[in-house]
Amino acid sequence: MRRGPSPGLKVLMALGFGFLYLPIVILVIYSFNESRLVTVWGGWSLKWYRELFANQGLIDAAQVSFLVAAAASTMAAVLGVLAGLTLARVPRFFGRTLFSGMILAPLVMPDVIIGLSLLLTFIALSLDRSILTIAIAHATFSMCYVAVVVQARLAGFDRSVEEAAEDLGARPATVFRRITLPLIAPGVVSGWLLSFTLSLDDLVIASFVAGPGSTTLPIKIFSSVRLGVTPEINAIATILIGLVALGTLVWSLSLKRATARAKRARQG
Amino acid sequence: MAKTPWGRRLTILVPYLWLLAFFLLPFLIVLKIAVSEPAVAQPPYVPVWDSFGAAWAHVRAPDFSNFAFLFSDPLYVNSYLNSLQIAAISTVLTLLVAYPMAYGMALCTPTWRAILLTAVILPFWTSFLIRVYAWIGILKTEGLLNLVLMSLGVISEPLQVHLTPTAVYIGIVYSYLPFMVLPLYASLEKLDLSLLEAAADLGAKPWVVFLRVTLPLSLPGVAAGCFLVFIPAVGEYVIPELLGGASTQMIGRTLWTEFFQNRDWPVASAVAVLLVLVLVVPIVIFQKVAKQGGTG
Repeated sequence: MRRGPSPGLKVLMALGFGFLYLPIVILVIYSFNESRLVTVWGGWSLKWYRELFANQGLIDAAQVSFLVAAAASTMAAVLGVLAGLTLARVPRFFGRTLFSGMILAPLVMPDVIIGLSLLLTFIALSLDRSILTIAIAHATFSMCYVAVVVQARLAGFDRSVEEAAEDLGARPATVFRRITLPLIAPGVVSGWLLSFTLSLDDLVIASFVAGPGSTTLPIKIFSSVRLGVTPEINAIATILIGLVALGTLVWSLSLKRATARAKRARQG
Repeated sequence: MAKTPWGRRLTILVPYLWLLAFFLLPFLIVLKIAVSEPAVAQPPYVPVWDSFGAAWAHVRAPDFSNFAFLFSDPLYVNSYLNSLQIAAISTVLTLLVAYPMAYGMALCTPTWRAILLTAVILPFWTSFLIRVYAWIGILKTEGLLNLVLMSLGVISEPLQVHLTPTAVYIGIVYSYLPFMVLPLYASLEKLDLSLLEAAADLGAKPWVVFLRVTLPLSLPGVAAGCFLVFIPAVGEYVIPELLGGASTQMIGRTLWTEFFQNRDWPVASAVAVLLVLVLVVPIVIFQKVAKQGGTG
């Protein structure tokens, strides 16, 4: 018989989740504070949001960030799907150990090392630092996340479905388009979304590989945060948190609906 | 089977070449610059990768003076040791906070499990930088924590938490908590509750059941969680920079300063190479522990 967590454990859980959410809640509330000081509550106000939208530097940085994130996550999705397919479906090829090592290593490699090494590479290849170099850098570590997600999804599916299609005369490209891609699609979308947020979030790697004129939002936020807490940053943080919460909600609801539809289709 | 179709070859080659170009090659370049003389590699930086022959000649006659320099200056040795210590202590603290959360979640009903799981994952999707920044407003001298404690009369003078190692510990535990909760939950969720009941029926006290049954069975999750927190925490830059300030010299900050302020690329590269070497050991140990836990 399941009893559930004891009262003592419930208290510890509440403290843990409180710890996880309290700073975010405080940040959101204070973004609506009329006063500049954290210690003074000057009443509710949208003042900092107005100032935020008047701050051209932050707006430009946000545009750069969204452009980089869109490019990087799309590249990461394509590369990650190929890498995930390779890991899940090709048991043996030359240098497989090196390949799977290179997929896993970026997941735990400190950002400072990835940033430094990529910058030195771009210089050696005489690639000018720009939006493109940031996108390449972000795509490189994000593709590893996509590959892991896609591989996990493929591992759960029966290879025989693809083999049946092949036996019935479908070309490899057709098998991929009609069978494999629909199977891994939810993983690809999750991977793309994850890559997008990772790119939008990255400060350290972007600081290394960004050039003049390609300042991303985190770089901009970081430089103003270093000077102290500013309510404008609270406002932009609240907007970002809101976007993420909305995106997660929409995505999980659509997943739920898709699963329910699949279940009905199977029963019907 | 017939020869590999070109489509499959491309499937392998494209990501393979990409990773070789943008992950392995960068590594080799860092290694190379770390063993080159400062004069060659310092900005304005004459490209040293003129030809593979020349590059190989450099590698064959490496100059380890950058590494000797790292060991001669206590600043570097101290920041390595500091990073390892801070990461180790924060990992233990994260485990202590995360374990009750994961255990409680595993005991909940399926509906509550799903809700709490989303609640753990959601912060992972929100900006890391912003979550660290949120703590500045709470911890600084004229911040919220001091305001609350002083108005409650707990303290009469503001505490200095921001820009101390304590703030770094709080920041790391807070930022990496989901990475610890998720693997712990994954291993605790599979726990057969009848084992706990059997132990209790045989007269074991609750804490004995926990120490002798629950904890050993969750060790793979503990190992995985510690791995996911410790490794990135060692190389952390943002948290010590924003919350620790000058009080915590961690290796990620040292590398950053070396590169962006001192503009000494060979030394920065040498710091990076040593950081990788420092991390290889815990990675191997954790993998072994995880493997043993998985099979045992």
